[in-house]
Amino acid sequence: MSIKPEVVVMGASAGAIEAITEILSGLRERTGAPIVIVVHMPSAKDTHLATLLQNRCSRPIIEVEDKQPLERGHVYLAPPDYHVLVEDDTSLALSSEEPVNYSRPSIDVLFESAADVFSQLILGIILTGANQDGAKGLREILDVGGKALIQEPTEAHCRAMPDAAIATCPDARVMSLREISQYLNERI
Amino acid sequence: MNKKTHDIELRLLLEAIYLKYHYDFRDYSSASLKRRLALALERFDCETISQLQNRVLHNEETLPELLSYLTVQVSELFRDPPYFKALREEVIPHLRTYPSLKVWIPGCANGEEVYSMVILFREAGLEDRTIFYATDINAEALKRAEAGRYSLDRVGLFTENHRQSGGTTSLSDYYTAAYGAAIFDKSLKKRIVFSDHCLASDAVFAEVHLISCRNVLIYFRKELQDRAIGLFRNSLPRNGFLGLGAKESIRFSSHVGGFVDFNPTERIYRRRGDL
Repeated sequence: MSIKPEVVVMGASAGAIEAITEILSGLRERTGAPIVIVVHMPSAKDTHLATLLQNRCSRPIIEVEDKQPLERGHVYLAPPDYHVLVEDDTSLALSSEEPVNYSRPSIDVLFESAADVFSQLILGIILTGANQDGAKGLREILDVGGKALIQEPTEAHCRAMPDAAIATCPDARVMSLREISQYLNERI
Repeated sequence: MNKKTHDIELRLLLEAIYLKYHYDFRDYSSASLKRRLALALERFDCETISQLQNRVLHNEETLPELLSYLTVQVSELFRDPPYFKALREEVIPHLRTYPSLKVWIPGCANGEEVYSMVILFREAGLEDRTIFYATDINAEALKRAEAGRYSLDRVGLFTENHRQSGGTTSLSDYYTAAYGAAIFDKSLKKRIVFSDHCLASDAVFAEVHLISCRNVLIYFRKELQDRAIGLFRNSLPRNGFLGLGAKESIRFSSHVGGFVDFNPTERIYRRRGDL
């Protein structure tokens, strides 16, 4: 029997809002492992992505503050202009280090630190995007024994990011957004 | 790499640095420390943290450069303009009532925040009655802060930030451009004291009216955050001001009762009077 992930980390870039909305709106209420999401946003700091997504999602959506503890059934969103990392005690820490893959927040930064703390108890998901952020981090998740899902590139608004992830992670499962949502409901 | 081994090595390295050089990173947030150490391993051409530890202990020239990896020095002039706008419009009117003022910028790194503050105080006509303490644990960073020299390609962003913060002068009044760098005017340093101070081990050194410590506490574990906020509390008089980074808060701190919200959106607090 496979082990149930205790945390889900998800990354998306161009086309992110539609894709994430579709996944979150399909989720059942307030159950399941916490989901931590990095979305690349143009550095418009007053975009209220959390509010926008909350309208379509029955789970509480929280913009991460420093040392935020993770709670089951909650969705966490990286704030603009900060990296999000997982601490040893599984709380979320922020960092304003240099951008990675031209991005802050960076998906690789979240995935790598989450893999380090949760090892096989983690599920990583890469969605639509026009760059390669996340491909390295998703590899790391698989290497520590975690699970990996990638959005079907032909369905993605921008297929570069799923393609890059498939290239580094041929052993990840490729799914449509609907299937990802279903997977989260049934398996997590 | 075996994760447990990696964690053991990290602890040993931090202990070694502490015992030999008295720099205390033991309560720094480990997630981002690990990331930056991975970069340091590449730079020093070491395969493991243990190798780096050997080098740090036996070659004293390693540490100053390693410090620049262990501490984060990324900032901008007037980073988060709304914060500086709130200082300008809401905090300055209170500070104006004091005949002399002290401002402390802990973890000043390369000095972007302290120059922003001096410019803001000059625009408000308060510079001449204020002393600015700019402190950091990293001697190299303090030197760079004192030099006040920033890459010219960052100045466009600084200028836009300054404008959005409600700046009443032109930022170009404060620097000269030469050889791809903007060098900030010497006169801005007249009232600044650059000094070595460690939030993990040093004590209160002055009573100050405003502390601006932004994006420093995020690199600390909760225990060390508590120590630092305790120091801030003991450095402020009743009603003194504390400004934190946009995503930092004293909400999770044991000193939360020592402060009252002043501008919650911009993370500006005031010291509560003792009962």
